[in-house]
Amino acid sequence: MSVSTLPADPILERRALVQSTARRSFARRTLVSKVMLGVCGVTLAFCVAILVWIIYLLISNGVQWISVNYLTQDPSTPTVLQPNNVGGIKNAIVGSIVIDGLAIVMAVPIGIVAGLLLAEADNAFVNAIRTTTEVMTGLPSILLGVFVYEILVIKYKLGFSGIAGSVALAILMIPIIMKASEVAVRSVPSSLKEAGLSLGLSKGRVSRRIVVPTATPGLLTAALLATSRAVGETAPLLWLIGATYTTSWDPFKEQSALPISIYQAFLNGISPQLQQSAWGTALVLVTVVLFLNLGSRLAAAYSQRERR
Amino acid sequence: MPEAIDTVEPTAAAAPKDRASGARRAPVARSDRAYWATLYGTTAIFVVICVAFLVTLIWNSVPAWRFSGLGLITGTKWDPQNSSYGGLPLIVGTLETAAIALVLAVPIGITAAVSIVHLVPSRLRTPLSSFVELLAAVPSVVYGMVGVLVMAPKFQGDVLPWLQHVTGNFFLFSGTVSGYSVLLAGTVLTIMVLPTIVALSRDAIATVPHDQVEGALSVGATKWQTLRKVVVPGARVGITGAVTLAAARALGETIAVAMVIGGNVHLSRSLAQGGTTIAAQIAQSFDGATALTISNLFALSVILIAITASVNLLGRRLLHRANRGAML
Repeated sequence: MSVSTLPADPILERRALVQSTARRSFARRTLVSKVMLGVCGVTLAFCVAILVWIIYLLISNGVQWISVNYLTQDPSTPTVLQPNNVGGIKNAIVGSIVIDGLAIVMAVPIGIVAGLLLAEADNAFVNAIRTTTEVMTGLPSILLGVFVYEILVIKYKLGFSGIAGSVALAILMIPIIMKASEVAVRSVPSSLKEAGLSLGLSKGRVSRRIVVPTATPGLLTAALLATSRAVGETAPLLWLIGATYTTSWDPFKEQSALPISIYQAFLNGISPQLQQSAWGTALVLVTVVLFLNLGSRLAAAYSQRERR
Repeated sequence: MPEAIDTVEPTAAAAPKDRASGARRAPVARSDRAYWATLYGTTAIFVVICVAFLVTLIWNSVPAWRFSGLGLITGTKWDPQNSSYGGLPLIVGTLETAAIALVLAVPIGITAAVSIVHLVPSRLRTPLSSFVELLAAVPSVVYGMVGVLVMAPKFQGDVLPWLQHVTGNFFLFSGTVSGYSVLLAGTVLTIMVLPTIVALSRDAIATVPHDQVEGALSVGATKWQTLRKVVVPGARVGITGAVTLAAARALGETIAVAMVIGGNVHLSRSLAQGGTTIAAQIAQSFDGATALTISNLFALSVILIAITASVNLLGRRLLHRANRGAML
């Protein structure tokens, strides 16, 4: 009985106010929430749909071009009488194999060893290098092409050649490999390294015999990731490889590459048939790139499972 | 794991042999020195390349700065045939396309990232985000191609006339429309930067502590209120970093933009007409240009590096800060 004589608790009043407001706005808030969550779902579906759309475009327009002849012939010039006579993309396939292969040979060892340094050492120099790799991975890739053009093609008179393209792609790949292999090396449990060191092994031995073998899936991820990026790059090759229409296995001669041959089809004054046939080239290119990319993801997933 | 043990054994057996030879420290120290020398030596190759890169670009741009001075940034007329090198149309085009890309991609990207983390069943989370990230793997020349063959006709015939109609010939969309336009370039860039924004914002959003989310829900906030008032603000720094990196990518994109932007070097207020960007102009006019033109292209490269590198570094600083915050 005496409870009712006490003055009303301001906190209780406030709570009642809050609760009534919340209750009154509940229907509206729930509706807004449902609508906005729907919007969020739609934007995600949109992102997914774009990729599906691009893959659909590539397959529906590209498959008709894929044939043995298309893959094993050099391009030819369409004429009025034979507008579909666009030939094949052998020059681009061979060029891409040689140029990307050489770029891998140059970039992977340098990238992995430098990545090892980023993971193993900790000083001002290493920190500066880390920042530099970040800047380099973000640079517009055409600038690498411009740089290599000035140094190799002009200054050292190499002329337009596949190897110049390889160098540009290697410079593009190195910082990517460095960063990814730093992550891979850092994920090696320090107990393994310490076990090696405690047995009297030198740092170099521990790295070579313990760290690198353990980090192999991660290093593979790094190499595949960088390769998938390099294979699709057009800009750095633009003024370097000469973009010929004939096949050459010699990296010191002018070569072509898959992305370059697509780009060429869209330069001025070239036939619509050639532009359409670029769908075939694009299908080949995207297939290769997506496989490399998926490969790097699988290697990454594998290395993560190993770690657990 | 068994792999590691296998490799430890033979080296462990080799160690006592060193000791038996009487040279206890020297071989270890020497091989350590060789090891570090290899590491630093290899990294030095990378450093030399970077320094050569910067020096080459700056060195070759000196004649252009001497010739054009600040006109290279402020001049409005880009006409290499008459030795007039005003870079403003190129700089404006670069900023315009990147701005369009961000305006379109940021809302889409952030809401998509929110959906991946908080709305999608956890089983679908990884496959969905990998799928969206694959967009980043598609070569830019393929985006350019889709832009030319599929999107440009649509822009010319439907999108741009419709925009003019709806906006009442607003100055941004006025004039004779051209399929190859700044707006098309911006739209293509939108697709290209989406995966960057989605992937990095997703990481940032995933680091927002779960008890904060549950706290908001437990006091009666709806899911949307929680996402808007707790999750996104909590991931603010990381999301800003993601957007900044996307901006850097958009500013530097070359081939796709060069293919769809139309290569119009005259300043135009309308986004429905052609334009150009620094990177696209380098791609289109490098070969066969005069020495002075090439030098001017180098000077533009230096400007482009300055822009992209600083935007890039800013973005990474923000992401680092966000990640450190997540660990605390």
